[in-house]
Amino acid sequence: MATGTQATGLLGWIDERFPLIETWKAHMSEYYAPKNFNAWYYFGVLAMLVLVIQIVSGIFLTMHYKPDAQLAFASVEYIMRDVPGGWFIRYLHSTGASAFFIVVYFHMFRGLMYGSYKGKRELVWLIGMVIYLALMAEAFMGYLLPWGQMSFWGAQVIINLFNTIPVIGNDLSLWIRGDFVISDPTLNRLFAFHVAAVPLILVALVFVHIVALHKVGSNNPDGIEIKALKNEKGIPLDGVPFHPYYTVHDIPAIAAFFFVFFGIIFFMPEVGGYFLEHANFEPANPLKTPEHIAPVWYFTPFYTILRSVTLSPFAGTVAMFGAIIMLFLLPWIDRNPIKSWRYRNTAHMFNIAIFAVVFIVLGYLGVKPVTDELKELGVRMTEIYFLFFAVLYAHSNSSKPGRYLIWFIVLAGIVFLIDFYRYNPEAVESAKQIKWQWIWPIGYLSVTLLLPFIVRPCNAEKPVPERVTS
Amino acid sequence: MSSKGLSNSIRKWVFVLIVPVLLLVILGSIGGSDHKLNLQSAHVNLDDKESLQRGAKYFVNYCMGCHSLKFNRYNRVAKDIGLTADNGFSDDDVVNLLRENLIFTRDEEGKPVKVGSLMENAYPPKAAKMAFGASVPDLSLVGRSRGPDWIYTYLKGFYLDDSRPMGVNNTVFKDVGMPHVLGNLQGWQVKEEAHGKDGEHGAPVLKLAKPGKLNAAEYDRVVHDLTNFLTYASEPAQLSRKTIGIFVLLFVILFFLVALALEKEYWKDIH
Repeated sequence: MATGTQATGLLGWIDERFPLIETWKAHMSEYYAPKNFNAWYYFGVLAMLVLVIQIVSGIFLTMHYKPDAQLAFASVEYIMRDVPGGWFIRYLHSTGASAFFIVVYFHMFRGLMYGSYKGKRELVWLIGMVIYLALMAEAFMGYLLPWGQMSFWGAQVIINLFNTIPVIGNDLSLWIRGDFVISDPTLNRLFAFHVAAVPLILVALVFVHIVALHKVGSNNPDGIEIKALKNEKGIPLDGVPFHPYYTVHDIPAIAAFFFVFFGIIFFMPEVGGYFLEHANFEPANPLKTPEHIAPVWYFTPFYTILRSVTLSPFAGTVAMFGAIIMLFLLPWIDRNPIKSWRYRNTAHMFNIAIFAVVFIVLGYLGVKPVTDELKELGVRMTEIYFLFFAVLYAHSNSSKPGRYLIWFIVLAGIVFLIDFYRYNPEAVESAKQIKWQWIWPIGYLSVTLLLPFIVRPCNAEKPVPERVTS
Repeated sequence: MSSKGLSNSIRKWVFVLIVPVLLLVILGSIGGSDHKLNLQSAHVNLDDKESLQRGAKYFVNYCMGCHSLKFNRYNRVAKDIGLTADNGFSDDDVVNLLRENLIFTRDEEGKPVKVGSLMENAYPPKAAKMAFGASVPDLSLVGRSRGPDWIYTYLKGFYLDDSRPMGVNNTVFKDVGMPHVLGNLQGWQVKEEAHGKDGEHGAPVLKLAKPGKLNAAEYDRVVHDLTNFLTYASEPAQLSRKTIGIFVLLFVILFFLVALALEKEYWKDIH
């Protein structure tokens, strides 16, 4: 490794006491990344960028914000009006929160498309999922701080989820709130977690996420292990040094991101009530329930799952957290040795595409008031959300397509069993909805399981090339 | 080979075709059952400083008896609605104008409220609640919580209703506790349920039963000015935000082009 040339001067002084050059080489100038990254690979660096934006803007907000139920709302308006540049700092932070979820959702979806949790990358994926959980906790706690109507009632809904846990539920939510209702102590403790505890955890986890990634090496759109083919110096044939190649590669992407980001901050900071909800411009009022409580958009897919499982309140909570737990398990559900969807069968490609659609529809439904029709659509999309993982498992082995038929019969059978259990002819409208909306999950199963069974070219996997394609 | 070609060409269309079309199919399958309030467009124009000035005057004269504007300051409002040195107003002019037109209250020591004070009013919230049965909301943020179109429609939506304590009701705020403060200007309206075709309910129509001091166009202008002012008051930063934004975005574009050229230079020998 060390070729004998020792650094001199200040750098040498430091390097004798701290592995500066070694670290720089290991993670930047001699960390070899696949040369075929596409646009989907920008979202990792963008997530780090947004983390920095959130920390810096958050520090400045903390200088003027008052974590006190009597003062919080007014202190936010003080920032918006009387603190020089305060509105800009606040919009940075509020837009950054949504931007964080946008880039993280793209980042996770990239992993799904190219199988980035495979090939000794299970820990990278698991750490990433813990980051996602911490991010959700961070966002939820931060949303309480402006102490508006949606802050208050949104927190009410989420903390009440713990109420649904049998036996210990009420005591647990009381312990979380620190009071019988959401009030000043709740605000104070969530503030402490939001500005100190969770950010520390987030930063540490991001560090570990990258250390783990650099140990294994980055995946790429072809899902090829570039370390398998090296030249005589031990450098991967398809790798380029992260610095300078990917550092200069990421800068235009950061500029493009900033174009959208600042476009929102300066021209539409509320984004039609999705980034900043209209009702949150009214101070929290424990005596006045808003007509319609909608969480911020990034929680709405899971909120729809919560609302769709009506067996019991606890079952709804379990389904919601289960939806997230399923993502943790991805590396052990998708056992197909081929990583990238480029070389998987056509049915797998449809599976991934439909999952993206279903996630968006679940999110859309979460901001809408419930009607019989929308409720049933929510149930059907929830079914597909969970069926996705079963189908992914079924696609692990494409050599025996006959099994797809068995999977289809079993999964469709489960869907109809649930329908049979839910069907109540007296509830006319909801019965009517059940009777036609079954086409969504069954259509989904047909495309992903029946199609590759009947049309064999749709089950054909392709040979993975040795070298990356451009 | 052929199946590989097929699959690859489908994959290229996933995000431009398959995902959007599926979304349209699924979301299109559900009926649009959004019954939104029928709001009139306020046509807010924050560059119209005269309108903002009239709006501030109307607000103080007609609304501020009950409603505070507690996150706004008198002198900041003065500056933002055009009473600036650039327009020929000295600091003393501004103080005098504020005292003559906007500041009518005194502080706890009996002195006139200072020009840098927040626009709180003198009506104690408890007394207000006893008088109207509901607490009187602060209006600093009504332009963001309800929106300009709602304010505009609300102020034009009062109609006579004997069943209500104040003798009036409102089309967009059912059973509102507020009296029709602008009734002397607008006059008094009555609601006529319009019966549309096939027995369906049409939108209710308001008819002027007793004219006020202003004709319809003049009253519309008053309401427009008030809406304009309250929209400004809900976010004073919006007066400069977009102008700054244009320069920021222009810089970002320039930065993008330079960064792109740098990237191309580095990557030209990677194949």
